[in-house]
Amino acid sequence: MNNAEISTASLLAASSLVMIAIAFSYRQKLKLEKEILISILRTVVQLLAVGYLLEYIFGMENPVFTTLLILFMTFNAALNAAKRGEGIESGFAISFVSILAGTAVTLSVLILSKAIKYEPYQIIPVSGMVISNAMVALGLCFRNITSQFRSRREEVEIKLSLGADMLTASKGIIRDSIRTALLPTIDSAKTMGIVALPGTMTGLILAGTSPVLAVKYQIMVVFMMFSTTSIAAFIACYLSYRKFFNERQQLR
Amino acid sequence: MKNVSYIKEDKIILKDISLQVEEGDFKTIVGASGSGKSTMLKLFSHLISPTSGEILYRGRDMMSYDPVLLRREISYCVQSGGLFGRTAEDNLAFPYEIRGLEMDREAVAALLSKFGLGQDVLREENRSLSGGEKQRVALARTLLLKPAVVLLDEVTSALDQENTRIVEDVIRQLNDGGTTILWITHSPEQSRRLGSKLLTVENGEIRSLEVLR
Repeated sequence: MNNAEISTASLLAASSLVMIAIAFSYRQKLKLEKEILISILRTVVQLLAVGYLLEYIFGMENPVFTTLLILFMTFNAALNAAKRGEGIESGFAISFVSILAGTAVTLSVLILSKAIKYEPYQIIPVSGMVISNAMVALGLCFRNITSQFRSRREEVEIKLSLGADMLTASKGIIRDSIRTALLPTIDSAKTMGIVALPGTMTGLILAGTSPVLAVKYQIMVVFMMFSTTSIAAFIACYLSYRKFFNERQQLR
Repeated sequence: MKNVSYIKEDKIILKDISLQVEEGDFKTIVGASGSGKSTMLKLFSHLISPTSGEILYRGRDMMSYDPVLLRREISYCVQSGGLFGRTAEDNLAFPYEIRGLEMDREAVAALLSKFGLGQDVLREENRSLSGGEKQRVALARTLLLKPAVVLLDEVTSALDQENTRIVEDVIRQLNDGGTTILWITHSPEQSRRLGSKLLTVENGEIRSLEVLR
């Protein structure tokens, strides 16, 4: 592997790229300048903090710390995903359980199949990818399920009035919401390597890994995205649909 | 219904309503839009619960029943029909599916024919059905498994005269067979012609209850 270095000066020069987005937002009156700036600042601060933290944790090689860090990431992802489902009671708890379950299953399979080891330098970046994907999937899932329960209210009530239980009355909405959560993963898998060289692969190649090895890692990443997003979305949908009903199986 | 009130988002929809519905009754309900008559039917079908007061069904508080089993006895059909799925068959198979049963094609065909519809309608996609056909399929869906109480919310408002007559006949026959009917109608003439009792709702209260026959 070559030691591809990126200097702080080049990184600063590259930051001018963000100005393009800001200029565009300003010209088009998108009113996103502030949000873009905040998001970029957050990226820089959060990533730098994580970078130093990871160096520290990688040095510790302590599985307890690694596990705590995974839980911390899950906690933050759950907080963020729950925002998309405002109005869904216990949205945070549902997100936390769903993301954790998706991550746990995926990591277990990867570890048992010896694709990765439970060592911080492998498990933390992989968990990060898995958790953030699950978070995005849950965000989509929550937004969809909330809007569908609003727009398909009459359909749900008709099914209830025909004597369906709340699960049967919600099946169509649950199915649609899981689909919505999974579609970005499916779409990106379909175009992988054709439209763009995906993140993991690009990173590895930039860092000097051979393309074929980088591809193997990328394929593993795709597999784990599928399992995590589907498990997380499935659990989240089946836990959250109930929150749209009261104990008499009536729509709230 | 005993002293039932229903408040939604600080708005009083129904105020202290008491109403007795006997088994086999045929009550028609009239009232301006927003008077609270649809809310009344939703309360009867247990799609919502009263803010105060209680609704008894066969002498027992509705809240003590399993809501799913209760709604299988008290069926509700809305004005728009509200077909779901892709085809008419998806809708007519639904009452069977939720009970874990196979669709009884003969029973479906017999009921459809009462509504002036052939079996070919089953394969039709919902979007290719006319407004009147949709409404009749929705009514068939409501009545298929013979509920004890049928709640109808302006179900003939989208139908022409002939189809209105067909629907009225089916409902009248059901009532003759002992089914309890509560029917909201927009037409004063229809409400007097059909029911045995006429209930007038105004501003969330019962203004009158006339015995017609």
